[in-house]
Amino acid sequence: MFCRCEVAFGGEPNTRVCPVCLGLPGALPVPNKKAIEFVLRTALALNCKIAMRSVFHRKNYFYPDLPKGFQVSQYGETNPLGYHGFLDVPNAEGGIKRIGIRRIHLEEDTGKLMHLPSGGSGVDYNRAGVPLMEVVTDFPPDINTPDEAREYMVQLRQILLYLGVCDGKMEEGSMRCEPNISIRLEGAEELGTKTELKNLNSFRSVQLGIQFETRRQIAVLESGGKVAQETRGWNDATETSFAMRLKESENDYRYFEDPDLIPMEFTEEYIESLRATLPELPLAKYRRYMADYGMTTKEAGVLTGDKHWAGFFEQGVALGADPKLFSNWMNSELAKYLNETGQVIHADLADDHHALSKITPNHLLGLIVLIQDGTISGKTAKDIFREMLVSGDQASGILAKSNLTQISDDEQIKAWCKEVIQNNPDPVAKYKSGVINVIGFLVGQVMKQSQGRANAQLVQELMKAELENA
Amino acid sequence: MAISFDEVQHVARLARLELSNSELLIFQSELNALLGHFSDLNEIDVTGILPKPHAVSMHNVWADDIAEVGLTREYALRNAPRSRAGLFVVPTIIEE
Ligand SMILES: [Zn+2]
Repeated sequence: MFCRCEVAFGGEPNTRVCPVCLGLPGALPVPNKKAIEFVLRTALALNCKIAMRSVFHRKNYFYPDLPKGFQVSQYGETNPLGYHGFLDVPNAEGGIKRIGIRRIHLEEDTGKLMHLPSGGSGVDYNRAGVPLMEVVTDFPPDINTPDEAREYMVQLRQILLYLGVCDGKMEEGSMRCEPNISIRLEGAEELGTKTELKNLNSFRSVQLGIQFETRRQIAVLESGGKVAQETRGWNDATETSFAMRLKESENDYRYFEDPDLIPMEFTEEYIESLRATLPELPLAKYRRYMADYGMTTKEAGVLTGDKHWAGFFEQGVALGADPKLFSNWMNSELAKYLNETGQVIHADLADDHHALSKITPNHLLGLIVLIQDGTISGKTAKDIFREMLVSGDQASGILAKSNLTQISDDEQIKAWCKEVIQNNPDPVAKYKSGVINVIGFLVGQVMKQSQGRANAQLVQELMKAELENA
Repeated sequence: MAISFDEVQHVARLARLELSNSELLIFQSELNALLGHFSDLNEIDVTGILPKPHAVSMHNVWADDIAEVGLTREYALRNAPRSRAGLFVVPTIIEE
């Protein structure tokens, strides 16, 4: 944030450090402009007011995760880059739940401490000084249940990914959630003493952690005890929380403006230029898909859940695809295939374990066109689809090469029907005696003969006619 | 704006300074003398003037987002009182 060390996950400890992030005497911090822009764009996306003048503070405490003896952060009600905003979280019923955002501030991340078997703690400062944006929800809280906390996190992550300001990888700690949890008697106004939970590294542990902590606090109170105001760690393996350290009261941090850092001042013009860079956000997209394409909350939710997935869909529609058919193919066959092979549809999503798929919206559209004009059956389409994903060829090309065109030739189908009737006297006799549904078997035989290429509806019709004559 | 004995003790604890009672009393009187000088400033009318951390009137001093190589690990650890496996070693903090 205030030095130029590379930001990355993992790697050998203390290999991305410099005099600034190690807090060596005489080193002077300079803020990263991009990080400030990212926070401002997030603040705008979360409907926040922007602090047109904003400063950094020192939060003083002694803990070896920061070598300086303080963390550079932003203090105050209206000093953080963004404040007094909200995030609308859609629910399955098509409604929304509004979660108030108290502030969004920019600070520096801390180093990592690990227990050493030989005694003492080891410190890795690679992460120290990495830009950290903290989004703080309102108090009194709008989030009332573990489920709401999870949904809020899901929606927030989507927005961050749409904005491109965070990779959202909770398992790597690039997005973290530190819920403050308190309980109250049903109908009571006052909330009890809160505890803060750390080390939650998935949506699931956010939900489980809050559930556990709620039950723990109830048990403490019901056994006549008092909930201590403390920070607790979450243990994913045992699914329990443990006390980490008592929270010092806010005053003890002795916040003051960092004399090494120059104040920030923004013009309306600059803020508006950032606002202009905001993409259409997931909730707006979600609503538009339902309104414009008649999608259900579930369909629209799946399509807008990832910006690249939504982008793929929108490219297909722009090329002239039928939105419903296109999204059905995406959310069923394409999703299934990508899931099976671990492939992804956008270069930004590709990494060492996820190869970029050869399919483009144009490929899928080409296939759908062939189904719509009756050239191929649904079953053949699935075969071509698989082939297309492997070879990267267009559907029409695969079709031309493989002789998979749907057969709608009356004479050919009639010939096959006659043949099947001749070879299957028993089922034919059954049909004649009134066991009508045996026709399914006979139609199946014709489909087999045609290697699945016959137009099934036509086979059904012609088989009926042939059976009358037989 | 006088500072009490308890406040001096509290601030000393926050700064991890171990001071005897007689030392605390010395610091209390010295700090109060210092604060006395500042109280003169309180008589100046500052209505309409924003607080600022600097005497310089600059703003938006930023750096571009370009990564640079910092210190080698060997160099970074050279002055550490203890180190092990590439880590700085400190007394155990986390108690589970
Ligand atoms: Zn650095």
